[in-house]
Amino acid sequence: MLTAEEIHEIKEEFHLYPYKQAACIEALKVVQKHRRWVSDENVKDLAELLEMSADEIDSVATFYNLIYRRPVGKYVILLCDSVSCYIMGLETVLQHLERTLGIKYGETTADDRFTMLPVPCLGTCDHAPAMIVGKDLYRDLTPEKIDEILNSYK
Amino acid sequence: MAKIKINGKELEVDPNKNLLEASISAGFDVPYFCWHPKLGSIGSCRQCAVVKYRDENDKVGRVVMSCMEPASEGSIISTEAPQAKEFRANVIEALMTNHPHDCPVCDEGGECHLQDMTVMSGHTNRRFEFEKRTHNNQYLGPFINHEMNRCIQCYRCVRYYRDYAGGDDLNVFSSRNRVYFGRASEGVLESEFSGNLVEVCPTGVFTDKTLKKHHTRKWDLTTAPSICVHCSVGCNTIAGERYGTVRRIYSRYNEQVNGYFLCDRGRFGYEFVNSDQRITKYIIPGSTEGVSKSAAFDFISKSIKGKKVIGVGSPRASLETNFALKQFVGSENFSVGLSKRDYQLAKLAVDTLINGSVKSPSLKDVEKSESVFVLGEDVTQTAPMLALAIRQAIKNLVKPKADKAGIPQWNDAPVREIIQSAHGPLHIAAPVATRLDDVATTTYFSAPENIARLGYAVAHFINTKLVLPSGLTDEVKTLAEKIANDLLSSDKPLIVSGVHCKSSEVIKAASDVATALKSAGKSVSLSYTFEESNSVGVTMLDGKPLEELFDEAKSSKAGVLVIVENDLYRRLGKEKIDAYLSQFEQIIVLDHNETETTAKATVVLPVGTFSEADGTFINQEGRAQRFYQVFVPETDTPESWRRIAELGNATEKPFIENSFFDFTSSVANSLPQFKGIANIAPPPDFKVLGQKVARESIRYSGRTAMKANINIHELKPVNDIDSALSFTMEGYHGEAPSALTTSYWSPGWNSAQAINKYQIEVGGALHGGDPGLRLIEPTVDKESYFQTIPEAFKISAKGLTTVPVYRIFGSEELSTKSPAIIERSGNAFIGLHPADAKRAELKNDDKLEISIGGQLATVNVIIMNELAEGLAGVSAGYKGVNPEMSEVTFKK
Ligand code: SF4
Ligand code: SF4
Ligand code: FES
Ligand code: FES
Repeated sequence: MLTAEEIHEIKEEFHLYPYKQAACIEALKVVQKHRRWVSDENVKDLAELLEMSADEIDSVATFYNLIYRRPVGKYVILLCDSVSCYIMGLETVLQHLERTLGIKYGETTADDRFTMLPVPCLGTCDHAPAMIVGKDLYRDLTPEKIDEILNSYK
Repeated sequence: MAKIKINGKELEVDPNKNLLEASISAGFDVPYFCWHPKLGSIGSCRQCAVVKYRDENDKVGRVVMSCMEPASEGSIISTEAPQAKEFRANVIEALMTNHPHDCPVCDEGGECHLQDMTVMSGHTNRRFEFEKRTHNNQYLGPFINHEMNRCIQCYRCVRYYRDYAGGDDLNVFSSRNRVYFGRASEGVLESEFSGNLVEVCPTGVFTDKTLKKHHTRKWDLTTAPSICVHCSVGCNTIAGERYGTVRRIYSRYNEQVNGYFLCDRGRFGYEFVNSDQRITKYIIPGSTEGVSKSAAFDFISKSIKGKKVIGVGSPRASLETNFALKQFVGSENFSVGLSKRDYQLAKLAVDTLINGSVKSPSLKDVEKSESVFVLGEDVTQTAPMLALAIRQAIKNLVKPKADKAGIPQWNDAPVREIIQSAHGPLHIAAPVATRLDDVATTTYFSAPENIARLGYAVAHFINTKLVLPSGLTDEVKTLAEKIANDLLSSDKPLIVSGVHCKSSEVIKAASDVATALKSAGKSVSLSYTFEESNSVGVTMLDGKPLEELFDEAKSSKAGVLVIVENDLYRRLGKEKIDAYLSQFEQIIVLDHNETETTAKATVVLPVGTFSEADGTFINQEGRAQRFYQVFVPETDTPESWRRIAELGNATEKPFIENSFFDFTSSVANSLPQFKGIANIAPPPDFKVLGQKVARESIRYSGRTAMKANINIHELKPVNDIDSALSFTMEGYHGEAPSALTTSYWSPGWNSAQAINKYQIEVGGALHGGDPGLRLIEPTVDKESYFQTIPEAFKISAKGLTTVPVYRIFGSEELSTKSPAIIERSGNAFIGLHPADAKRAELKNDDKLEISIGGQLATVNVIIMNELAEGLAGVSAGYKGVNPEMSEVTFKK
């Protein structure tokens, strides 16, 4: 069941489009904002609200890799694995993250705090290697810097 | 016409086509995946690359996708230029990186478009050495098997399923090389046309699950051109057999009828042929185990001698069979095998087409219509492929819009973009919700009387000289006016109705609307649906309804009743049929599957199904179509007409006819309404290059081995005296006249897409014309109207008034003897208006015992919001339910 607040926020989006189906992506984002991820049940509820089939909603949801269709931790680490970051020491950074958090790409820490995913170029190659944690961008990463960053997310 | 040059050859082509279509039509082999003649082009697979030159002096050219380029005047292309070939080889190699190369265990193998195109593109060596992506497969119901690893991402499946057939439970998920085609979660595919995925998907992702259970390669099937027996549309099929069982039904292209597709009832309903309920023994009194043929016929000739014999034909038996029976018993003793009410309805519809001024359309005409008004039918359940054609018709709104924007019709993506979800006018008036409601402009749900009244009101607003029914609400009047305006504002309106709401008034009202449109100068067409594959044929043949025949039999003391391919308990209530049957000394039943009627017979004679018989059906359009015996059965199950001739020869009424051609010629020569039907296919002595047309491929395997348990010497092939086909691989394997197409094949084209080679132009008519003969054409120009306006529906005080509700899976007799269809049929049901349900304290899925005319049946309750109060929608054709559908009462 979607909450009243979610439904309200999604309905607000309807005003911006000629068809309510066009608000599909925004609706997914609303759900994700409130729940971190979008479950099968949410897909079905959204389908009803937007008068689409679950298949149609899920087709959109699964196309975008930043719409999460599996549970994620409180903060999602998006580590750039593109070429500049690779040259500038991605492997050390990745190893350090893996060791500190005890997770690999696609996994979530046991305390449910972090999920780590790879992303292509974050557009900040001049400060590679780079990553995003939650909503914040971090650049020129080193193992020491990473410890400090991770500690600031509780 | 545009002058273009392909590979140096000058051609004149239709500029509204694209270069891929032009190339294929001209006989050049260009590989393709995503383009389909019915789905248009999206340019996504990049397989159809050719080199296009600016002009004669341009020797370099550039690589273009032929499916995305118009065949415009002066185009010069090469399909064979080295850059094009290299490009195509690279594309197929990339497409194949994730393909499992599991052809030996793939059901598509041997008739796979991907195999053909891979070979055609020259990708013979695999260089990819890395891990392939793999997917989980889904359970998609009893019809379709899913094997996602084989996918090459052409997107045909979703484009067909969603855009063409209107389904919304199949989609594409994820992105890049992980894209997945399936459902959001496992489950039965809901579309009634899901089976076409088998032919649309160029690989083995979607395959026929019924075939899988007794899989046979295409080249090992014995195949013959056939006609679907599961409704009155008469779709053309190719039926394939091995080891005495029918293995699958494939669509047979007929531009005028079903085009490339079939409905799921037609594709998956065939297994009644292989049923363990098949009748294979001669039964006479005192022997339930069966006797020899001669014993059976001895008994018959003795017991018939000196007795009056009457006969009951059938709308599911061929014209020749009904004709033979009518000859055997005499016209005055022949019944068409329908109840009085059903026969009146069928006759009314047929006579309206014959004597009226409005043309009955082919499905191709239907697709070209511009506005549609349906009266009283849930077309998807009663004439499924007609519904699919209607779905295409209402997309015709696209054309003017796209023309204005300068976008050719085949350019699917921009055409869809421009049109969004808009569609042309479709108005539906029916007793219950229908499966076309999702694209309907308006819907009106009410009792048949009120549907007829709405129809008459529409006719009035088209031609105000016609009477406006009195007492209509303003709402209905406004609706009628809107429908009339929509129909009037298009050039090609289509009116659809039929026998399924059992109301002659609805049939008449539909005719009046059509006639009014005709007199308003429209090229209108009128399409009626009927219940069975040969309802129109037997109605045109003429005979008595069951009640009349049996009542007369009582007074004339007829002693012997012959029933052919008919279960009378599906025609009238049990009590009535029991009483009728009790008056005969002998009841001789000819049928292929056990029924309640064969259980009452004193003598049962085995006969063949469509796959063991030649015959002619007349479809709802009025088109005579020939079907052919597929294989020689090991059982003694000849065609019913042949059996009837045997009966005649065993009594005092020998037949002069001996072969199929004799019978069909007799029908054509003795009855003017069937003139020409003997010539709808080549005669049995027809030969190509001195040979009959082969039912088996050149690669047919195991013909000696498969019968080695009987005789290690190869048995002599049976000669087919009835047709121009041979039963074995001996014979002609090239392209035969279209009525004799046993399978589609051309060098390099092993899949069904070899059909390209059989058409004059891709997606158009077959060489030599599409098979079949229209027997009904409007001849009169005078307008005649019925104008018999019924009283409005009144809620009966006695009980709820029944309207039959049809289900594509469940209502039709033969398909419901097939396991896959049974799985989809569900229980018999009664649909109730919420208020009626509330009064009776009933809710969804409650079990209920209902009584119709005293006949009890156990059904499930379904609350139907659209059903009018006072009506009960009762599942038609379900076991135990009284087919008479009069008033219904129930106790909880
Ligand atoms: S499943 Fe078949 S039709 Fe669909 S995209 Fe894949 S190959 Fe094409
Ligand atoms: S529409 Fe009718 S004739 Fe055509 S395939 Fe379906 S059941 Fe058979
Ligand atoms: S490659 Fe990492 S930010 Fe561009
Ligand atoms: S057929 Fe032309 S790109 Fe696919």
